[in-house]
Amino acid sequence: MKFIIKRLAYSVFVLVGLSILMFAIARVVPGDPARMALGPRAPEWAVQRLRDEMHLEDPIYVQYYHWVKGAVHGDFGRSLVTRRSVASDIKEFFPASLELALYSGFFMGLMGIALGAVSGWYKNRWIDNAVRILSYIGIITPSFVFAIFFVLIFGHALQILPTIGRIPSSLTPPPRITGMITFDALVTGNLFLCLVGLKHLLLPAISLAMGPLSQEARITRTTMASNLDKDYVAAERSSGLAERTIMFKYLLKPSLIPTISIYALDFAAIIGNAFVVELIFNWPGLSRYGMNAMLQKDLNALVAVVMVYGILFMVVNIIVDLVVGLLDPRIRLGEKSSE
Amino acid sequence: MEKDLYRQRELSRIKEDIQRNVYKFTRNPLSIVGLSLVCMIIFIATFAPYISPHPQSAGKYVNFYETCKPPSLAHPFGTDRFGRDVLTRTLYGYRYSLGMAAMVISIMGPIGIVLGLIAGYYRNSWVDTVIMRATDIFIAVPPLLLALAVCSVLTPSIFNAMLAICVAWWPWYARMLYEITCSLKNEFFVQAAELTGASTFHILFREIIPNCLAPILTKMSLDVGWVILIGSALSFVGLGAQPPTPDLGTLVADASSYLPELWWEAVFPAFAIMLVVLAFNLFGDGIDDMLGEEKGG
Repeated sequence: MKFIIKRLAYSVFVLVGLSILMFAIARVVPGDPARMALGPRAPEWAVQRLRDEMHLEDPIYVQYYHWVKGAVHGDFGRSLVTRRSVASDIKEFFPASLELALYSGFFMGLMGIALGAVSGWYKNRWIDNAVRILSYIGIITPSFVFAIFFVLIFGHALQILPTIGRIPSSLTPPPRITGMITFDALVTGNLFLCLVGLKHLLLPAISLAMGPLSQEARITRTTMASNLDKDYVAAERSSGLAERTIMFKYLLKPSLIPTISIYALDFAAIIGNAFVVELIFNWPGLSRYGMNAMLQKDLNALVAVVMVYGILFMVVNIIVDLVVGLLDPRIRLGEKSSE
Repeated sequence: MEKDLYRQRELSRIKEDIQRNVYKFTRNPLSIVGLSLVCMIIFIATFAPYISPHPQSAGKYVNFYETCKPPSLAHPFGTDRFGRDVLTRTLYGYRYSLGMAAMVISIMGPIGIVLGLIAGYYRNSWVDTVIMRATDIFIAVPPLLLALAVCSVLTPSIFNAMLAICVAWWPWYARMLYEITCSLKNEFFVQAAELTGASTFHILFREIIPNCLAPILTKMSLDVGWVILIGSALSFVGLGAQPPTPDLGTLVADASSYLPELWWEAVFPAFAIMLVVLAFNLFGDGIDDMLGEEKGG
């Protein structure tokens, strides 16, 4: 418990620091943000009004104060390009990105651990070699290259999977509950729509997951393979336990700790690469929104998007810490004895 | 006479060291493949103007007779919509990718290393707090996202892309060095140096740094691949190198709007990216094999 509170307090500190950093980056831009937002031909009074609205003429710490005051009330200012409230933009676009990231993260964890475990168990057999070659390919290929290959192969050559958007425009999206299409469709009982949504998710989610998945598989394999030689496994074998029990109950669990420890980092890779992959699949998510904000120097939107992903990353980090604590009795017990 | 003998012994020791390292490196055939690929790519990058079949294709160049040709003998990778030879542009692309990686690692490596070193040495003081909390904040955002954000407020160019990658990457070096320094600090050789009154500068750079060279070199050689991946992603979204610069990421991005008709324009540069990252990964693993065990004994 103490551990969780400490972890949360620390996260708040990092978030505040991150907001200062992002704010500083967004404000040191050469040129006048108001002028850039409105274009060179906008009348001076309009530019002046935007400057006042953004408090651009105050010293930077006053600007930051205004920004924080808004941010704690859920108001990130107005997008300089779409002229809408950034907060409502985020509400609209974030679920799509979250859905993609969750599926991708789930797929990555599952496949990474499965492949790594199989490869470690059958060390130096053909299946191990196949997995290792596959994971090399995963590590060296940028996610946008996977995305393009998948679009070419499944979208154009075989034409079996959709490559654009979340659902075909001919279908009405399910009523908005969380904004995640597969989830909403399932809750409202529309199984067909859920399947269509899943089909659209498949390619982007896999192209995002391939790289991190290979990392996970590689690390799981290394730990599995080294644990396989340990005495306790030999002891279990000699006491006649079934191979299956040894593998799942005694070998996999301790071997997962390093894999899960780097899970947060791999999830970070998914979030980062989503900025590129969402562009390719025309995925109407927050990353694409953020990417457009970046290309058009929409500073309010940019800061807000980075903050949202900072928070998401932080949540994943905390979950990972908790899971590692649960898996590793040393950490769990050590914590108890210190209390 | 005695001095000569000493030098001779020293020389033979160095020779033995090298032989042992070469043996360790070459034990894994994949490392050799990595090394040869790295050499090949560096060669290509250096001599791109001489070995590429159509050097004029590298920059602004239009040849309407040759537009959108699929791969053939004259143009093994085909030509793009301006009639430029894709093979040539890919070979030139290695120049930018390698240059970028070299710049980023030589700028950011030392910064991260020195900061981590100082923070680790003055552990539990305010210096440590300031530096390490700052790295925590930088690490709180996914690196590619941070690089994108920094890039986006600057004018897009290959130089600013390098800057952005530096901003996103230094904390990882600082953190690695911090951990190593913290553990080395309590070793006897550091304490001995402190007791004999060696200056802090001497302790940091003459005593501690040589003992962390192995992990630093390993990380650097593996990171070349990462920097190229991130750099190509930045170029891909249009925040890095600008056309007509034939950066590998830009090449793929350019071509991706003409899929699937001009598939060769995207596929070959994409393979080129994979090849260079593979080369440095294998090479880095080899370096790891070579230096990794020396930590223990």
